Parts: sequence; structure tokens; C-alpha cells
Amino acid sequence: MKHTISVLLMNKPGVLSRVTGLFSGRGFNIESLAVAPTLDNDVSCLTLVTDGDDNIVEQITKQLHKLIDVIKVTDMNEVENVEREMALIRVKADSETRAEVLRTIDIFRGKVVDVSPKSYAVEITGTASKIQAVIDIFRPIGIQEIIRTGTIAMVRARKN
Amino acid sequence: MKVNGAQALMKCLKEQNVKVVFGFPGGAVIDIYDELLRNDDITHVLVRHEQAAVHAADAYARVIGDVGVALVTSGPGATNTVTGIASAYCDSIPIVVFTGQVPTMLIGNDAFQEVDIVGITRPCTKHNYLVKNIEDLVPTIREAFHIARTGRPGPVLVDLPKDIVSAMFNFPEPKPVKMRTYRPTYEPHPGQIEKACKAIMKARKPVIYAGGGVIASKSHEELTDLATKLSVPVTMTLMGLGGFPGTDPLSMGMLGMHGTYYANMAVANCDLLIAVGSRFDDRVTGRIDAFAPHAKIIHIDIDPSSISKNVRVDIPIVADCKHALTAMNTWFDRNDEFKKEESAEKHEAWLEQISDWKIKHPLGYLEVPDVIKPQFVVQKLHELTNGDAIISTEVGQNQMWAAQFYHFNHPRTFLTSGGLGVMGYGLPAAIGAQMAARDRTVIDIAGDGSIQMNIQELATARQYKLPVKVAILNNNYLGMVRQWQELFYDKKYAHTGLETAPDFVALAQAYGAVGLRATKPSEVEPVIREALATDNTVIMDFVIAREEGVYPMVPAGKATTEMLLV
Repeated sequence: MKHTISVLLMNKPGVLSRVTGLFSGRGFNIESLAVAPTLDNDVSCLTLVTDGDDNIVEQITKQLHKLIDVIKVTDMNEVENVEREMALIRVKADSETRAEVLRTIDIFRGKVVDVSPKSYAVEITGTASKIQAVIDIFRPIGIQEIIRTGTIAMVRARKN
Repeated sequence: MKVNGAQALMKCLKEQNVKVVFGFPGGAVIDIYDELLRNDDITHVLVRHEQAAVHAADAYARVIGDVGVALVTSGPGATNTVTGIASAYCDSIPIVVFTGQVPTMLIGNDAFQEVDIVGITRPCTKHNYLVKNIEDLVPTIREAFHIARTGRPGPVLVDLPKDIVSAMFNFPEPKPVKMRTYRPTYEPHPGQIEKACKAIMKARKPVIYAGGGVIASKSHEELTDLATKLSVPVTMTLMGLGGFPGTDPLSMGMLGMHGTYYANMAVANCDLLIAVGSRFDDRVTGRIDAFAPHAKIIHIDIDPSSISKNVRVDIPIVADCKHALTAMNTWFDRNDEFKKEESAEKHEAWLEQISDWKIKHPLGYLEVPDVIKPQFVVQKLHELTNGDAIISTEVGQNQMWAAQFYHFNHPRTFLTSGGLGVMGYGLPAAIGAQMAARDRTVIDIAGDGSIQMNIQELATARQYKLPVKVAILNNNYLGMVRQWQELFYDKKYAHTGLETAPDFVALAQAYGAVGLRATKPSEVEPVIREALATDNTVIMDFVIAREEGVYPMVPAGKATTEMLLV
């Protein structure tokens, strides 16, 4: 089962390779990984998506927490959270398909960020499955390039 | 006060109460060595290979129960430490390794003797550092020692670029280390302690399975107290030997692949397994699904990632073993329902069953006239040292015979590369141990294969007048692999014969040490007596039965009840 894991860690050189080294060294899988500093510049937040049964995910979270530079590990599957990913997609857009492409972008609340006579580059944000849906729609029209950020996730605030 | 980096390092070492540094100089650390000369209160032991410096620091740490220190140069000096570091990591031994590094402006330029040692050792250190700013030097060293000795202990590496070591700066005053991210859990959860104690009260056939954590946390007395109070039999892992008195009637010796018949049978039949500071290594469990199949499992470990890693645990207790065992002892002492006599009575049938197993299949070997059996040599070593020596071992059959037949009664007296299984550990470890305990008898129980992996350290032992004794159980084979080939590869002894071997007696003499040889059983005792009476470094070459095996043995991947017996 897919798990999104959020890791707060010290913003120091080499920390990312400690995390990725842990995954490769122990045979765990990383599907996507996104990392950037938080409000506190000394601390980074790393979101990674991995695939594994409960035992594997338990070990992943424990082993991550064992790293000296790791502050906090949260398995997002165990809490209410919002997940987002951004993708830049360059899709073929000639005179015949231009209008359809624009309509589709509109439906998915995307944004055109680059235009050429033969293509649009589109910015799409949403869950990984929404991005997959856009890709599936664009594929028959002709996708030239895709760049994805990987998932980021945030725990939902308590409502009461 | 203005100091340079090397002087700051010395001040930090003294702050950390470091008395001995094992090392090997080189260009990148020449300033540190220059400074060492000016500091009489830190003894430097010059080894002959950097791997030995780390093993010696590791053994020194095991004996004194605090951090051991190694110092080496950049590049090859640093890479030579990797095996030692990985071994200390597997066995959770607190050491700090200082490596030299090329000057900061050359880092990344493929400079002479440059290697990314922080990158190389990342997976086999508890933590590691490259000091890039002089202001970070002192806090980093303090943090390194703090991390090495607290929580689950382990090796920490500090990489010191040459310009950092020579830079001048103001030495910061000592202050306690505070880390935002690193706070090990020492105290057990009281609810879990209660659950565990209640489970113990209910058990009819309990077993304590003690590992290296008992020794690391210095909780052998608490463990002995608990086991005795409850009349629970105790089995130990290789790393746990000495954590409970080996000659105590409740001791079942070692369990696992070369464990005793009765320890493995007891674990297989117990209804409650109390794992203390042990990590369910595959050499202990054998086939996982057949390991303690009827038992509820309590697991005490300071490292949460050890819990439920290999075996499902019913009552986890994340804590320092000493704190957890103390809490359990207190719980029983204060609980009116608990009566020592009742507990003994309740376990009587179980202990009788274990006695039966002990009588049926004791640890033993077949004697053959005029042939020296290695087990006999270890027994004699035990007898003639009153079980009071510090024993280091190499890795292989020698290690297992030492574990089986030298009955360790005290913690910190058995030094072995348990997790990584490093051939070549024993001699440098004996040197480290002798530096820590100058008055004790230190014996390296070795094989003729293993001893050759770091035999150059005889020179180190001689230089510092360390009277370590090396007992080579010489069968002209890489014996453990040969045993596997005999049992599972149709006796095809692929490259395990060591027919061309040095004359170990002459070799000892070449180093200025004493060489003794025994070829008949009657010569064993006189040779050991002579060695023990000698003030010098000694090699005892015991020419043993060539094809002797280590038994009992659980074939890899089998259940621990499927033992091959003598």
C-alpha cells in the first residue's frame, strides 16, 4: 500500500543523502520525494511516497526517526491531510487541437505557462491521481514533456 | 583563550576523559600528532594498520564501559577504518573516530589522499561529521562523544580538514550538549512494565534471552536479580555472554546457531520470552516462524527500530535495559501478590525439564587419544585462568568454541565481533583490552586463518610491552567454512585449506614475542602455564584435530530445534 511520509529534519548538508541512503541500504522504495525549508530556515520538510506493507512502513518510520538529524516523522496515512503535486506538461497544440487543449486545461483548473505555435506548457496542481487524469486526457493529443514535483502533504488543522 | 584546532581537539579529549588514543599518523593529521607529543596525559598507541586502531578502540570501550578513540589520516587511512567502524556499529560499541581530511579548499578536487569518508561511512556510523568551519569544531566533538555514548551506543566519525586543525580561534567554554533532534528514551513506560510483570506472573515456562544491551547498559546485576528472584532460566546471545553468570545454575549458555541444545529447546518450548537488549538476529532465531512459536514476547530495547523488526513483539518496552529491569524488580518487590517461593515452585517443572535436556545433550566433544581438541584447549584456558581472563576472539570456529567453553561470569570480559563477524578482530581487540586493563590477563582465542588478517599488530603489542596471549587453534583450515563445506557441499573443500602457513612460533620470535607450541593433549597445560607466567607477548600454537566441527549446529535457515549434535 502507498504511504505518504512527512519528515521534519535539520536543514544541513548531507541530510538528504542520509535519508535516501537509508532507503537504498535497507531495500525500501521511494516513489517520489520533495524537500524544501520550512518557516524555520534551520528545518526542512521532506515528503516522500513509498510503497510497502504495514511492517515495512513501521520500519521506515522507525529507521527514519533514528537518524540523528531527523526531528519528526509522520505517516500521513494515519492522519487527515491534504496532498498536492504540481506538474508541468508540454502538450502538442496545433491549429486543430488548440481549442480542445485550452478547454481541457480550464476543466482541470490548469494554467498555461508557456506558448509556442505548436504547443502549450501547462501547470497543473492537485492530487497525484488528478495529475494522472490530466496526463491520460492529453496523451492521445500528444504529450512532449512532463516534469512532476512529487507529492507534498500537510496535516489538516483540527476543526474544533 | 586562543588555540589552534589541534590544541582544541586535545582539550576536548581531556574534557571527555580520554586517556588513550589508538592511531596512525599521516600528512593530514600531522598537526594533531605534533600536539599529541605535548600532551603527556593522553597515551597514543601506534598500531600497524588503521583497521586495528578502530578494533582496539572498540575493545578498549567495551572493557572500560565508555568511549574509545581512534585517530587516522585522510584517504587510505580513513578507508582502512571502515571495517572497524562497521563492526562497532553492528555491536553498538561507542567509539569516536577522527579522520584527517585535505584542506577545505581542496575538498572535492580529487586532491592527494582525499576521499569522501563521511559519504563512505554514512551507512555504518551512528552519525558522522565533516567540520568545515573552525567555530563548529568544539561543539561537533562534544556532540560526537555525546551521541556515541548515549542511547543505543555506536561509532561516530569526525572528519577534520587540515586547515581546520591548524586554524587559530577562541576556545569555547565547556557546556552541556543540547540537541534539538536527538533525545533517546531511557525511562520505560510504567504501563508497559506492569503489563510485562503481570505476564511474567502468569507464565509457567518463561525464558530470559539477554543480549549485548545488558552489558552496554551495565545492567547485569539487575538482570541477575530479576532472574534469581523469579527463578527464570537465562540464555544469552554471543554479545550477551557475561551479562549473566555463565556458571549459574539458571544459565543455559548461548542460544542460536551454535547455542546449547537446552537453550534452543527451552526457547522453542517456552510460553514467555523476555528479550533484554537483544535484537533477534538471524544467527539467534534460525527460521523465524519456528522461533519461540508458543511464546508471548516481551522486548526491552532502547532502540525502537529493533522492536518488531524481525519478530512480532507482544509487549514492547522502549527503554534503557537498566532502567527497565530496575522498574521490573521494583514492581515485584512492591507487589504483595508476588512471592519468591511461589515463583520458584511454579517454575519447578520447567527447570526440571531444562535439567533433563542438559543431562541428555550437554555441551561436549569426543575425545581422541593423542589429538588436541580445541574445546579442551578453551576448557584448560578457563581452568588455568580461573575464568578470570579477558577473552577476545577472532571469527569462526575459534569464536564459537570460546563462546561455548569459556564460561563467562562477568560482563566486559568477552570481546568479539558479533554482528559483522570480522576476521582479524581478536589481536587488536586484545591490545585495546590490555591498554584498558593493564593488570588483567588478556587472551585472544584465534584461528590460524583469522590471526593472519591482523598479525602485524604483534609489533604494536611488543612496542607497548603488552603481555597479550594469543592462543591459536591451528587446524590449517578456514575451519568454519570448511565445516559448512563438509556438511552442505559434499566435502568439497573449495579454497579453505591453508596448507602454506607461517611457523607461528618462529613468527612470534621474529617480532620479539614468545612462541610456544603444543601438538599433544599432554602439552596443552604446560604451554598455557608457561604463557601465563610470561611477561611478554606470547603466541601459543595449538595444533588441533584438523576436521573438528562446532556442535551443536543449526543449519542456516532451519528451525533452532533442528540441531546437529556432536
